[in-house]
Amino acid sequence: MTLLDIQNLRPCIFTRALNLSLANGESIGLGGSSGSGKSLLLRAIADMDLHEGDVLLDGVSRSAFSAPEWRRKVGLLPPESRWWRDSAGEHLRMPTAAPLDELGLNPSILEQPVTELSSGERQRLALARLIANNRPRVLLLDEPTANLDSLNSRRIEELVAAYRHATGAGVIWVSHDPDQLRRVSNRQYRIEAGELHSVGEAVQ
Amino acid sequence: MIPVGPLELGIAGFLVLLTGICAHLLRLGISRNIAIAAVRTVAQLLLIGLVLKALFASTNALFIGLLSLLMLAIAGREVLARQHRRLKGWWGYGIGTTSMFLSSFTVTILALQVIIAPDPWYTPQYAIPLLGMLLGNTMTGVSLGLDRLTEGAWERREVIEARLMLGESWNEAVGDIRRQSIRSGIMPIINSMAAAGVVSLPGMMTGQILAGASPVHAVNYQILIMFLISAGTLLGTMGAVWMGSRRLFDHRERLRLDRLHRP
Repeated sequence: MTLLDIQNLRPCIFTRALNLSLANGESIGLGGSSGSGKSLLLRAIADMDLHEGDVLLDGVSRSAFSAPEWRRKVGLLPPESRWWRDSAGEHLRMPTAAPLDELGLNPSILEQPVTELSSGERQRLALARLIANNRPRVLLLDEPTANLDSLNSRRIEELVAAYRHATGAGVIWVSHDPDQLRRVSNRQYRIEAGELHSVGEAVQ
Repeated sequence: MIPVGPLELGIAGFLVLLTGICAHLLRLGISRNIAIAAVRTVAQLLLIGLVLKALFASTNALFIGLLSLLMLAIAGREVLARQHRRLKGWWGYGIGTTSMFLSSFTVTILALQVIIAPDPWYTPQYAIPLLGMLLGNTMTGVSLGLDRLTEGAWERREVIEARLMLGESWNEAVGDIRRQSIRSGIMPIINSMAAAGVVSLPGMMTGQILAGASPVHAVNYQILIMFLISAGTLLGTMGAVWMGSRRLFDHRERLRLDRLHRP
């Protein structure tokens, strides 16, 4: 059953509108060179920039949701995490609900000043924050493991897969690493010069 | 009161000239600004002196209203000129001017009708100086507040967007920056209230004392003015920063920094 239905979506630099649908529990891998528009596509789906087109969640148009409501259901994880309180714990609605163990993090990390954490720790905490606070129906992951070693990359891959299987959430995963995309996705696409191409099949 | 004429002003002007020469010799790059500002002071004050003289003689409500609006329009232009990254289109001028109108005019009219109560309430000898002091101070608050807001939103755009992505409303996402902006807008008036009489003798009070008023009366007026100014500045700054922050987001609560001019 279709979870997310992207209809005639055209982020500003794209030459043509694109259509894409994501089934319950499905994961789509998205590759493409830097500057090709992968991040812009995710931002358009999360309704962060001006763009044309519509996105439907469970058959309901985005315009039926308020913007905050939509972004809680369709959660975008940007490549660089941002923090605005002193400790990571202050950003969590229910600190105990955060999947810290699965990400190889000690609960005491929530009390430490964010500025003292490594970029990899912050990145993992940002995913924990997104999942624990909002339980999104769709995860839009923009290079979630860019700052991580292979062990911690695997932890993120496993956590996302477990979340997907447990809740039926859908995932769009942007990465530069073809091996990772093979591991984490059911289908793969590439974005080249503002156009979406299916990988291993004919051009869409 | 001992009158001051052209000769006395010339002596004081000589001091400004000396300042300008020093600035030139030290290559501060502001001697031109000093010259222009000094000439503006002379021209603007001579002009307003003539206007007020005519106005005080007539007590014409229409003229007083027009002069008030002219003062507001100029204050609005000053607010715009002090913005580093100002809002595009009508908004850049409109938000500052509207909030100054709402705050300064409300507080001035309240003071004239209820507190000072001259007859008629718009007697220009009271209305124009009062409005001028309120507009001048509100202008500082509004321009500082708006400048801090747009600059803060620009510098911390990634934090704002991260908060939006987590499903916060625009109101929550920009809340911290808005609070800081309002604070920095009203800080100058709070500081001058705290230092009044100890560090500085406020200008209006000094003027009344020079004109021969009893210091006790002058002090009472100064306290009144300080309270009015702080209320007006707080109102104006809050209004401007709130309207400005709303304008940074569109109906889908997207951060729209494209609505700001580049500096």
